[in-house]
Amino acid sequence: MIPKSPISDKPMIEFRDVHKWYGDYHALRGISATIREGEFFSLLGPSGCGKTTLLRTIAGFEGISEGVVLVDGRDMADVPANKRPTNMVFQSYAIFPHLTVAENVAFGLRRQRLPKADLAQRVEEALTMVGLKGYGARAAHALSGGQRQRVALARALILKPKVLLLDEPLSALDKKMREQMQVELIRLQRQVGITFVLVTHDQEEALVMSDRIAVMFEGEIAQLSDAETLYRRPNSRRVAEFIGTMNFLPAEVVSETEHAVEVEAQGFGRLTVTPDQVADDADTGTAVGFRPEILTLLYEGQTAADREVSATVEEVVYYGDMTYYDVRIDGTEKPIRLSARNVFGRPVFDLGMRVRVGWSPGALILFR
Amino acid sequence: MARRAQGAEAEAKGGLLLIAPPAIYALLLLLAPLLLLVVYSFLTDGYLEIVRDFTFANYHEAWTNPLYRGVMLRSLIVSLLVTVATVLLAFPVAYFVSFHVEPSRKSTWLFLITIPFWTSYLIRVFLWKVILGYNGVLNAGLMKFGLISEPLTFLLYNTNSVVITLAHAYAPFAILPIFVALEKIDRSLLEASQDLGESRIVTFGRVTLPLAMPGVVAAVLIVFIPTIGDYVTPQLVGGPEGRMVANLIQLQYLRLDNYPLGSALAISAMGIVAVISAIFLLFTRRYLKGTK
Repeated sequence: MIPKSPISDKPMIEFRDVHKWYGDYHALRGISATIREGEFFSLLGPSGCGKTTLLRTIAGFEGISEGVVLVDGRDMADVPANKRPTNMVFQSYAIFPHLTVAENVAFGLRRQRLPKADLAQRVEEALTMVGLKGYGARAAHALSGGQRQRVALARALILKPKVLLLDEPLSALDKKMREQMQVELIRLQRQVGITFVLVTHDQEEALVMSDRIAVMFEGEIAQLSDAETLYRRPNSRRVAEFIGTMNFLPAEVVSETEHAVEVEAQGFGRLTVTPDQVADDADTGTAVGFRPEILTLLYEGQTAADREVSATVEEVVYYGDMTYYDVRIDGTEKPIRLSARNVFGRPVFDLGMRVRVGWSPGALILFR
Repeated sequence: MARRAQGAEAEAKGGLLLIAPPAIYALLLLLAPLLLLVVYSFLTDGYLEIVRDFTFANYHEAWTNPLYRGVMLRSLIVSLLVTVATVLLAFPVAYFVSFHVEPSRKSTWLFLITIPFWTSYLIRVFLWKVILGYNGVLNAGLMKFGLISEPLTFLLYNTNSVVITLAHAYAPFAILPIFVALEKIDRSLLEASQDLGESRIVTFGRVTLPLAMPGVVAAVLIVFIPTIGDYVTPQLVGGPEGRMVANLIQLQYLRLDNYPLGSALAISAMGIVAVISAIFLLFTRRYLKGTK
């Protein structure tokens, strides 16, 4: 695989306090963000959060009510969609049904008035790049979903845009195809080196593909960071619950110094976290949060690396390589979910069994 | 295997039984009169009776007599003019309703477009007489505003009035298929075209129009085929100059009692319409296939 070239610090897209109103409905509420040149950037959020609207303001299909959208340093306010240095892959792919694959790919080149041979060569190159070499003469309506997706990509990339916009491009594909296309898209992005902006509601897709992700809720960016930070250090319960699974146990802050916060957490007892483990989230009560995989189920003879608690198994979901357990830690009201890799020679725990769970305060997040 | 074949046979029998009533109906009411017409066209006209002698004389007369040829040619020209005018005027209406009317109001608009159908065809033709006549609405209005000093005489009882009346009468038949074709166009295709650098006008030419072609082709055929045989409009507003082939056929059948020549004229007109339609379909074929 082609190694990722380092992302420059040059901003490619800038949103400055962008607002969008549909009548009384406030669709975008003060979006400010910068997408860097060569970056694979994702807009992630549930449906209706404004992510597609934001993407369409870059493409020029959606005007904005307030604020500024800059592409490559240029204010896009008076630039119509057909004059912008961006190209889009639509959710429905928008392949022209009355044209062949080659005619679809060449659609945007007409204005360049290339000699016929050059045109054919560039179309073939673009088709080769997306793995559709030799498909040029096919009728567009005879393609499968994955092939349409590739034609849409070739059609946009052949114009060498500064930014490629992708509006939920994988949502119409089946799981296997989707995973394959994820890898393809990463490969393509590294190959062409242009800025990709992807809209998705699939957190896994965003984590797999993106350099950075903006998580959006209700027209606002809730958190903007790289995938790992987003997963390990979500800045609010809402982000934590949207990205993967997060367990919460009610907690209370006992004392606080500059270097440590002492907490009394239900089930875990007294523990200390560092200030960088604290997420300020005024919306909900104080709680400690943790991912399912940071807990370990201890077998007989094993001792916890750090600390351990006793719990009861309340649900077992077997996935082959993994098993998900819902266990209730003694002294807590609700079960928490933990995941364990299934290792040869270690039986899967049964429902109702008493187990010991190893945990570490260093992997917790304190939401307050 | 045998059982499956038996089942298929039973299914085929059931199917035949189901289509039998409409098939018989179609045979009796459509095919039989048509066959009768074909037979008549090859018989000889006697005085007050039809002589059962096979002849091509009727067709010879129909195709060589300058009077019949002239009327046939005029019918063709009139219906082509009507078709062009109707489709050209219908397209913007269909486009407006499809692209610029709120989805919730579209059905109201379609409903309004069909309002002319609430009155009889005859009354609508008569109304055009009122509008276009020597002392009609149009002349009176233009005189009142001082735009003309005496009534215009080229409005009624000629080819113009036939074209105007027919174009109005067939407008909904052209609007509806074009509207349906436009409705089926995925709007993201238009955005995609703009995204790929084309202006709205070029997008119309490269995407909207080609994708609307099935509707346009349907509209052309729906207007062209019946107008060439229209009888009422040329009879009422055409005057002597606006006569069309249907008036000629009526003349042969009911006035001159010449069934064989009338039939030959009718069959000839049908043949011409069929040939022109086939040629038209041949030329527009590429727009009709390949779209879903």
